[in-house]
Amino acid sequence: MKEPKRLKRMDNYRFHFRKLTSLFMFTLCGVSVLIALVPLILIFYRTVAFGFSAINWDFFTQMPKPVGESGGGLANAIVGTMILVGLGSCMSLPVGIMAGIYLAEYGNNWFGQSVRFLTDVLNGVPSIVTGVVAYTVVVLPMKHFSAYAGGVALGILMIPTITRTTEEILKTVPHSLREAALALGIPRWKTSLQIVLRTAMSGVVTGILLAVARAAGETAPLLFTALNNRFWNTSMNQPMASLTVFIYNYAVSPFDDWIAQAWAGTFVLMTLILLLSLTVRFATRNKFAGNLL
Amino acid sequence: MESVLITRNTFKASKGRLQNPGDFLFKNLTRFFAALILVLVVLMAYEMMRTSALSWNKFGFNFFIRSVWDPVQDEYGALPFIYGTLVSSLLSLIIAVPLSLGIAVFLTEVAPRWLERPVSFFVEMLAGIPSIVYGVWGFFVMVPWLRSTVEPFISKYLGFIPLFRGAPYGVGMLAAGIILSIMILPIIASISRDVLKAVPRSQTEASLALGSTRWQATRIALAYSRSGIFGAVVLGLGRAIGETMAVTMVIGNRPTISASLFEPGYTMASVLANEFTEATSEMYISALVEIALTLFIITIIINSFARLLIWSVTSNERAQKA
Repeated sequence: MKEPKRLKRMDNYRFHFRKLTSLFMFTLCGVSVLIALVPLILIFYRTVAFGFSAINWDFFTQMPKPVGESGGGLANAIVGTMILVGLGSCMSLPVGIMAGIYLAEYGNNWFGQSVRFLTDVLNGVPSIVTGVVAYTVVVLPMKHFSAYAGGVALGILMIPTITRTTEEILKTVPHSLREAALALGIPRWKTSLQIVLRTAMSGVVTGILLAVARAAGETAPLLFTALNNRFWNTSMNQPMASLTVFIYNYAVSPFDDWIAQAWAGTFVLMTLILLLSLTVRFATRNKFAGNLL
Repeated sequence: MESVLITRNTFKASKGRLQNPGDFLFKNLTRFFAALILVLVVLMAYEMMRTSALSWNKFGFNFFIRSVWDPVQDEYGALPFIYGTLVSSLLSLIIAVPLSLGIAVFLTEVAPRWLERPVSFFVEMLAGIPSIVYGVWGFFVMVPWLRSTVEPFISKYLGFIPLFRGAPYGVGMLAAGIILSIMILPIIASISRDVLKAVPRSQTEASLALGSTRWQATRIALAYSRSGIFGAVVLGLGRAIGETMAVTMVIGNRPTISASLFEPGYTMASVLANEFTEATSEMYISALVEIALTLFIITIIINSFARLLIWSVTSNERAQKA
C-alpha cells in the first residue's frame, strides 16, 4: 500500500504546482497592465505639471516673440492648426463619407472588399510618407511651402479613418429600418441618406471628430509641407504655423522660455485629445469601442 | 439573417425593373468616391516613383546597401537608416509583445467586467496621445532618466555584452525602442484582445473539463489564436517602422551603424523629418523620396500581410473592427 500513497502525494504536488503557475502567470498579466499604465500616468503628470504653469491667457492671444524677449503666445499656431485641419477636412470628408456609404450599402462585392482592404492598408501608411507625397504633388510644382500642401497631407491621413468609421457605424443601423423605408416606396438613395445616415449621424460625427483629433496632433506631415511661420498668416498660399510643429521647434530649442511654451502647447494638445476621447467614449457608450482605435 | 436575404432579393428583383435614376446616380457617385481611394494609393506610389527615379537610376539597388550619406558630394546610401529602423522597431517589439499579450489576457480572462472597461479605456488613451507628445516627454523626462539611472546601471552589470557597451548618452536606440514600445502597445493589445475573444468558448471549456487550470486553458486559447496574434504583432511592427516624431526626438539622429543600443542612430522616418526642408539639390530630394517610397512599400506589405492574417482568424464582423 506504499506505492499509491506516494503517487497521491506526487499528484497533490503537481496539482499545487499547476495552481501556482496559473496564479503566477495571471499575476504577471495584471503586472503588465500596471506597467503599461506607468507611462500614461507619467506623461499626464508631466504635461500638467510643466504645461499648466506655463499656460496663460497670452498663450492663446499673443504672437510668438523674438528670441530673448519673454512672454508671447502661439495664437497664430492655434489658428494655423485650425485652418490646416479645416483644409484637410474639406478634402477628406466628402471622400470618406461617400466611400463609407458605398462600402456599407453596396460594398458586398470584390470591388468593395478591395477598397476596404486598401483603406485599412492606407491607414497603416506612416504619416510622414503622406507628407512626402504632398511635397512632391504640391510643393515641388509650386516651388514653395504652403498651407495647401499641409492640407493635402492631412486630408490623405484623415480619409481612411473617416471611411472605416462611417462604414462600421452605418452597418450598425438595423436592416429592418432600411426595409421599412423601401417598403414605403422610398428610393434606395433617399433611404441611404435620410434614414440610414440620419440614424447613424451621431456615430458618423464621432468618427469625424476622431479623425480631426488625430490630424490636429500630427506633426510629421506638416514639417515640410506647411512648414512653419512666426507671423500672422491666413493666406493658404503661404507657409503656415501649426501648434505641433511649434511644439517640436520649441522643444528642441535651447531657450527655457520656448521650452516652457512647448510644454504649454503639449498641455493644450493633450486636453483637446482627452476631451475628444471622453466625448467619443460617452457618445458611443462602448458600442464601437473596438473600431475607434 | 433572414431579413438580409429579403433585402438582397429585393435588389436583385429591382434589376429587372426600370431603375430609379436617383438610385443609379447615387450608387455610382458613392462608387466614384470609393474608387478615388484606390486611385489615391496608386497615385501616391506613382508620384514617389517618379520623383525618386533620379536616385534609383544613379544608385540602383546599391542605394540600400551603401552607408554613405553625403549631401555635399551627392552620394547617398540608406543602409544606416534601414538598420536603425529595423533595430529600433525590433527592440520595441521585444518590449511591447509580452506586455500587450499580458494586457490582452488580463482583459479577456482575468478582469471582472467593471475593471475591463476602464482598463481598455486607459490602454486606448495611450493610442490617442499624439506622437509629438511622446517625443517631448521622451526628450525631457525619459532620456535624462535613461542617461543618469538606467544606462549606467545596465552597463555596470551587463556591460560585458556588446549590446550594452558605450557611453550612456541617453538618446539612442534604447530610448527609441522604449518610446516605440509604449506607442505600439495599445494596438497589439487591443487586436489580441479581439482575437482572443473570438476563440470559441467550447475550446476553453473543453480544456477546463479535462482538469486543466485556467492558465492552461488560456494557453490553449493563445495557441488557437496564434495567427491572429501574429497579425497584431506584425501590425504593431508596421506602426513602429513608420513612427516619426517621437523617434526623431530621442534616437540621436546620427547615421552610424553600431552594435550598442546606447549609441545614437537614425531611422528612415526621422531622416525624412530632419532633412527634407533643407534638401536643395534634385538628387538629394530624389534620394529622400526613395527612402519614403521604401517605407511606403514596406508598410503596405506588412499591413496587407497583417490584415489578411487577422481577417482570416476573426469572423467577418469582428475583423472589420480592427
